[in-house]
Amino acid sequence: MRNFLGFVSGLIFGLGLVISGMSNPAKVLNFLDLAGAWDPSLAFVMGGAMLVTYLGYRLAWQRGRPLLSARFDLPCDRSVDRPLIVGAALFGIGWGIGGFCPGPAWTALPLLSSGILVFLPMMLVGLWLGSYGKNLSILASKGIVR
Amino acid sequence: MGPTIVTEFTPWASLTGGALIGLSAVMVMALFGKIAGIAGITNGALGAVVPMGRAPSDRNWRIAFLAGLVAAPLVYALIGGTVQQTVSDNLVGMALAGFLVGLGTGIGSGCTSGHGVCGLARLSSRSLAAVLTFMASGIATVFVLRHVLGGF
Repeated sequence: MRNFLGFVSGLIFGLGLVISGMSNPAKVLNFLDLAGAWDPSLAFVMGGAMLVTYLGYRLAWQRGRPLLSARFDLPCDRSVDRPLIVGAALFGIGWGIGGFCPGPAWTALPLLSSGILVFLPMMLVGLWLGSYGKNLSILASKGIVR
Repeated sequence: MGPTIVTEFTPWASLTGGALIGLSAVMVMALFGKIAGIAGITNGALGAVVPMGRAPSDRNWRIAFLAGLVAAPLVYALIGGTVQQTVSDNLVGMALAGFLVGLGTGIGSGCTSGHGVCGLARLSSRSLAAVLTFMASGIATVFVLRHVLGGF
């Protein structure tokens, strides 16, 4: 049941990426191209997603605990530290080159373009290195509230 | 990368798709009590293949979630939708892009979904700082590639 509901959640997320245009690198790059062929569509993706999430989270939290888990596991770190800013800056550069962030990279996989077949494995290597390096050196920023 | 392709402004499709992304994020919170950040979910699922110190206790639903993501365009095509996707075939550029996206989201603890959707919905100042940073560096990168280096 947990795995089935995990699959359904991922399917809905992926359909959202495909329908919204977020999974099309051309659309993402045009959103970031303020000085050129600017396509503001992705602002509507963020707007729609945030509105539903803002309201839905508060409904979910009212229940006190998740349906399939012991407690809500939320990051409680509020510090704006160097790993956060350096990491976000590096991510933005990669996003601006390829037009893919992690979610759309997964939804692009079954279409088997040569670009994604290179992008996705490199993303996994980078993600592993980044997470490992962060925990090794600077600070672990995970915590639990609620 | 590649020639600039003009895309159509799609406010309603984008708003609808965004709402579905939000619905999924709410499901992950209500069911599993977790943030639906794809970088984080991928990282948790990766633990199944690569040991990373502390193994996440519940990785199976994350692997199932990723399978759902991968199935989504196929399901959408099956129900008659058209999946539009233009991916650069500059493989060196795409390899660099993938590595930077992975490394950056690993170090920065989140991506467009984790910090962007879930973090902002939680009114996290940390996520707001991350979003402003990756938006700015993404915009700067596209500006340099398209308007300084001239098309690419």
